[in-house]
Amino acid sequence: MQLHTLTIQEAHQLLVTKQVSSVELTQAFLQRIREIDPKIKAYVTVSEELALEQARKADERIAKGENVTPLTGIPFSIKDCISTRGVRTTCSSKILENYIPQYNATVTDKLAQAGAVLLGKTNMDEFGMGSSCENSAFFNTHNPWNLDHVPGGSSGGSAAAMSASLAAFTIGEDTGGSVRMPAGFCGVTGIKPTYGRVSRYGLIALASSFDCIGPMTRDACDCATVLEHIAGHDPLDSTTYQSPISNYTQNINKPIKGMKLGIPKEYFVAGMEAGVETALQEAIRACEKLGMEIHEVSLSHTKYALPVYYLLLFAEASANLARMDGTRFGLSVSEGAKDVIDIYLQTRREGFGDEVKRRIMLGAYALSAGYYDAYYLKAQKVRTLLRRDFEAAFSKVDILLAPTSPTTAFKLGEKTSNPLEMYLSDIYVVATNPAGVPAIALPCGFSKDMPVGMQLIGKHLDEQTLFQVAHAYQQVTDWHKRNPKIS
Amino acid sequence: MTQYEPVIGLEIHAELITASKMFCGCSADYASAPEPNTNICPVCTGLPGALPVANKKAVELAALVALALNCSINKHNTFARKNYYYPDLPKGYQISQYELPIAEKGWLEVHSGSSSGAASAAYRDPSRVRVRRVHIEEDTAKLFHEKNYALVDFNRAGVPLLEIVSEPDMHSAEAALDYATKVRAILRYLGVNTGDMEKGVLRFEANVSVRPAGSDELRTRTEIKNLNSFRALTRAIAYEIERQIQIYESGGTVIQETLGWDDLRGVTTSQRSKEEAHDYRYFPEPDLPPLQFSDAWIESIRSQLPELPEAKTARFISDFGLTPSEARFLISERALADYFEKVAAAAKSPARTVHSWIAGELMRYLNDSGMSIEDMTLSPASFARLIDMTTDKVISSNSAKVVFNEMLASGGDPEQIVKEKNLAQVSDENEIQAIVEKILNDNPAEVEKYLAGKETLLQWFMGQVARATKGKADPNVAKELLVKSLEERRK
Repeated sequence: MQLHTLTIQEAHQLLVTKQVSSVELTQAFLQRIREIDPKIKAYVTVSEELALEQARKADERIAKGENVTPLTGIPFSIKDCISTRGVRTTCSSKILENYIPQYNATVTDKLAQAGAVLLGKTNMDEFGMGSSCENSAFFNTHNPWNLDHVPGGSSGGSAAAMSASLAAFTIGEDTGGSVRMPAGFCGVTGIKPTYGRVSRYGLIALASSFDCIGPMTRDACDCATVLEHIAGHDPLDSTTYQSPISNYTQNINKPIKGMKLGIPKEYFVAGMEAGVETALQEAIRACEKLGMEIHEVSLSHTKYALPVYYLLLFAEASANLARMDGTRFGLSVSEGAKDVIDIYLQTRREGFGDEVKRRIMLGAYALSAGYYDAYYLKAQKVRTLLRRDFEAAFSKVDILLAPTSPTTAFKLGEKTSNPLEMYLSDIYVVATNPAGVPAIALPCGFSKDMPVGMQLIGKHLDEQTLFQVAHAYQQVTDWHKRNPKIS
Repeated sequence: MTQYEPVIGLEIHAELITASKMFCGCSADYASAPEPNTNICPVCTGLPGALPVANKKAVELAALVALALNCSINKHNTFARKNYYYPDLPKGYQISQYELPIAEKGWLEVHSGSSSGAASAAYRDPSRVRVRRVHIEEDTAKLFHEKNYALVDFNRAGVPLLEIVSEPDMHSAEAALDYATKVRAILRYLGVNTGDMEKGVLRFEANVSVRPAGSDELRTRTEIKNLNSFRALTRAIAYEIERQIQIYESGGTVIQETLGWDDLRGVTTSQRSKEEAHDYRYFPEPDLPPLQFSDAWIESIRSQLPELPEAKTARFISDFGLTPSEARFLISERALADYFEKVAAAAKSPARTVHSWIAGELMRYLNDSGMSIEDMTLSPASFARLIDMTTDKVISSNSAKVVFNEMLASGGDPEQIVKEKNLAQVSDENEIQAIVEKILNDNPAEVEKYLAGKETLLQWFMGQVARATKGKADPNVAKELLVKSLEERRK
């Protein structure tokens, strides 16, 4: 039996029927990480000791039959921008290379309470700034389907770890497609929930008004299970919704027949890789066969989504990263400093990578006196238009279907010299974040031997419909069951 | 020489007294912290990933202050990030309010503030200083500068802070002082701030410019930071007014800059010019949703407003017949005013007599003992009976002081003390006459001098009577009988 390819549901059955222990399951994953991860480089930190300790506790819980959840004893990994007490949390940046948080993010706490087992922290583009994981200050992560290709980003480590079966589930973070785009590149399922559905407390912020933590899993059902455990109001995050979360897993089999599926015409334009387009068209036909009504809709301001998203992100990030100043935690370069300003400058000069510096400068510029109205304020206004686009579309249809990116995973190094081209790879995934709506990515085929991803976009707080449709689709397809042969 | 008119605006920073900090659950009582960096958490030290949550109580107190300053509350108001780097600011930005503060457009009545120093006498000539805005923010950490390094204590970081910004409506240092004093009194009346400037819970910044008298122009202003006492405030403003006038008189121009106040040398010093001024790059705080208030909420806050100093002063004058200066003295502290009212209500004596006792004996006692009115154990009812006993001439004013001190020392009942110490005033003419006769007989030389015209000796005779009766003789009766007996000896 291959323990590492089990779904959460399958693993849970084995655990509660005592056919396998959490320690065995955890050791299987640790062993696989030792064998495979040197090729993939998904993990920045493997927390082996903690994992085994949590696994032992999970086994006790299961033995006593006390407080056993579907995640008890299940090994997972978490993107390295989410705080884990006692386990270093780097954001794949030199400036936080040795930063060990004193506290857990709410998501980390919730998973620990559920009894899940933390295997380690996964690689990412530095502070989430990138679309290929190549902006990690430490190393590149490789796409398990072809090691010469990128896994996508910024949650590239999480996507690659999931795809290469280096965890039973992983937690990513999506600011402008950072869960969905790499999920598409690596052929896994991943959700960006509604903004405010999952607490951001302890998530090291990129763009506070966009950031969404979301699970990456083998299938929609697992995704629903994990989201159920991490979603909900958090008194420590004022931007979380008070409304209760529905029982996603229990309702996942509800019929989708008669639901209206919208196809945003702005997402199917010239420039899309032929194999991607074919896969998407087949996915639409599959949905039709499942009884959904297909409607073309328009999200007319889509062309502004990318500039609006990046501009607001730069602005918010420039402030969010200000606390990395070398005085309280993380890297501190004080040698030769004449004063505290020197410490700031030296620390940030050495601690931040080029892309981070570029974005901080652009963000500070967009917020500066005399430019604020033309950039930040204008972008906020267009953000409202983007939100209205979705509202208008959802007055006609229940759910939207779109690609996660115009191409499959590109090669390592292919776009590193051209930041703009890199930004464009997010073109289909960014608009949802300024609008705040939820979207789930799932595999829908292959093009040139690489996975193709599609996303389903839903109404505010309607993750339930996303899970139902994704699950129904996965009942009639097997793309999500394919595993890469890692050579 | 041109006559100049100063134009002054004040920014007042006031910490709010709340149990916890503005955006986290840490204790806001940094003054009682046993050691530096004990009341801290990931939020107020700006650790990565920590998020702010607004303190409900602080928002309520801010609204209360705003209403007391006659402001309109913005039913929709937002937090903003003010970005700058300094070691006392852990996040690299301060959470503040910018475009939409909690309240705007208030006013306060202050004395007219002509520069003649007549401000204190100008009670009957009030004018308004407009309050431009009131906003909520968080205090910074405290820095301790050593020779080659500085230490940071984050216990104060994140303590709720209110900024009250006036329009440039003051035209003298005295007017600015009056406005600042009134704001402080209001904050203390509301119980939101102790007003203890030495401890830094209340801090001032003054914007100062001068213009030719009669003109409406607003000339280049300077901003004087960190004025931490009323004395520093008035001295710095007065100095800056004079400095700017000298510049204009010698044909120069005032440059826009931020100044510090050197209290020892009594001068303002340049800190940074306009070119070096921060661009704070304000933008809405994405971690905090806007504050939304209902009319009902605002009214519930308004209903918590106590009677404010200005209204109380007017009432004390009209209801108690006090002079403006007597009333202002009593309302200077809410507890003092409350105490006065209780004593006045219990006493049959006129309110002004009660005022005299409070302003005289009680204040002397408080000053000598270093106690505050809040610590007062003497019940208003007992104090009222003591005052009435003097009014009714049951005891002399000298005896009353003895009783007063005894009441404070042992907490006894005034009637009891009078009885025990045999202090009841002697008003019986026959009894006093006998004593007067004895004194005149025993001191013939003094009698002779008196009769020869040295009438100031009457006081000396009065003293002898007081001594002989241990202060119990009614002084009016004693005086009358002394004069009568002395005159009789002239015959």
